[in-house]
Amino acid sequence: MYYLTSEKIIEAENLHFSYDKSKEILKGIDVDINSGEFVAVLGHNGSGKSTFARLSNAILVPSEGSVKVLGTDTSDSERVFDIRKNVGMVFQNPDNQIVAAVVEEDVAFGLENTGVPPEQIRKRVDEALKAVGMYDYRHHSPGMLSGGQKQRVAIAGIIAMRPTCIVLDEPTAMLDPAGRKDVMNTVRMLNKDFGITVVLITHYMDEAVLADRVIVIDSGKIILDDIPKKVFSQVEILKKAGLDIPQATELIYELNKCGLNLNPNILTEEECAEALASLLKEGKI
Amino acid sequence: MLKDITLGQYFPGNSIVHRLDAGIKIIITVIFIIMLFAADNFISAGIGVAFMVMSYLLTKISPSLMVKSLKPVLPVLLITGVLNIFFYEGEVIFKLGFIKITDEGIKNAGFMLVRVISLIIGSSVLTYTTSPIELTNAIEKLLSPLKKFKLPVHELAMMMTIALRFIPTLIEETDKIISAQKARGADFENGTLRERASAVVPILVPLFVSAFRRAEELALAMECRCYRGGEGRTKMRQTHIKPFDLAALGISVIFLAAIISVNVFFK
Repeated sequence: MYYLTSEKIIEAENLHFSYDKSKEILKGIDVDINSGEFVAVLGHNGSGKSTFARLSNAILVPSEGSVKVLGTDTSDSERVFDIRKNVGMVFQNPDNQIVAAVVEEDVAFGLENTGVPPEQIRKRVDEALKAVGMYDYRHHSPGMLSGGQKQRVAIAGIIAMRPTCIVLDEPTAMLDPAGRKDVMNTVRMLNKDFGITVVLITHYMDEAVLADRVIVIDSGKIILDDIPKKVFSQVEILKKAGLDIPQATELIYELNKCGLNLNPNILTEEECAEALASLLKEGKI
Repeated sequence: MLKDITLGQYFPGNSIVHRLDAGIKIIITVIFIIMLFAADNFISAGIGVAFMVMSYLLTKISPSLMVKSLKPVLPVLLITGVLNIFFYEGEVIFKLGFIKITDEGIKNAGFMLVRVISLIIGSSVLTYTTSPIELTNAIEKLLSPLKKFKLPVHELAMMMTIALRFIPTLIEETDKIISAQKARGADFENGTLRERASAVVPILVPLFVSAFRRAEELALAMECRCYRGGEGRTKMRQTHIKPFDLAALGISVIFLAAIISVNVFFK
């Protein structure tokens, strides 16, 4: 219903994973990520959401079941670099993923690794830096940038490789509110304007609200997979999974528990305020 | 406070020396070092010094900067210079007990001072005008023939790049750890040498732990960006040797030739 196209980017089938035999981290995940989607993956610490991210670009391979990226199995060790070219990954700590001492050199890193000709690299690096709005900083040292700017440089390094999909593992967890906003705007722009499939691993509800589809993982299993409105109206299930609920949704939920009859699909503060205002006008409170 | 430390002492600019290819600059520096040690009389040493002064003036960097950076090493130089005076056989000029000063001694001490100071200034011309990144790239390029002998040239260059990238990050981190330990009552300024040395341990341990964690995450991020060593790798920054670079190299070779011929003719 919310699929833009039917082309599948990532297909996980009966996906199990454990670092050691005693504790299984993922316990059978079946999910398809489709081309052009903006998917948010939610889960509290230790739910297995980061492990899922690492399985999607062959950093880890499943202990049972399979993950396919554009039809290629990630356990095929000969295709590992094709997979990583197509599924770029951005991590939480911006400091620990920037390799070079100059912004543009860092953006070029992935392209240099894959043996792209120098003139091509130059062109793609400039394009990527312009896309994330960091072109003016291309000669700067990463140390001089703010957290949000560093994270945008890291994103530029990924999109310069022209991946079909980008997986972001809590990219805003270490940023200040302004940096978070910048990064989220960049991520949305990549999805809407460049058509890059986005998988955003997060525990911020207000970021998940921006997605087309929300997957909730708890104890290694998918417990919800739907559009944001439908997911967030499942207040009980989310609370059990140890997740917060957007404040507006929680307010509506509590009011409904007290006998009011409001739309439980409300996500934003504006929608909430409107609903309450109309209720007041009708004189029902 | 630690943040203010300057690293590599690179002064950005647009002089002729700045624009020279970094690899050529390294080769010229090596030629200059050969010049200094080939020179064995005052005329040939003068030619070497003239070459150095000319190069320094071309960098358009204020000479006072050079003087400033020479200041801390000056006492060491003077002491070794003075010691040199006493240990050469030759015509005795001055004698007091077992101490004797010879003409050879004075000559050698003078030579040594000129050589070492020129060496410092000459290599500073290189580091003042070349960014650490350019230097690393140039070293990788110059050493690349050694790949045949299984020397991991690319890996060494990569290590240098990463070190350069992380030095400021780790300095900042050290600053934070020091503040955090001070806030808990750690005392770094007082006490005996032993006490102060042991006060460093609570800084080093967290610093190392964090450095290892960073290294692990960085390795993961590099793998995700298709890093697989130097094989099949291309470089965005292409350096082309220009006629201008060759001319500079030619000039330094002419100076070296001049020094050698002066050595031969003015024995």
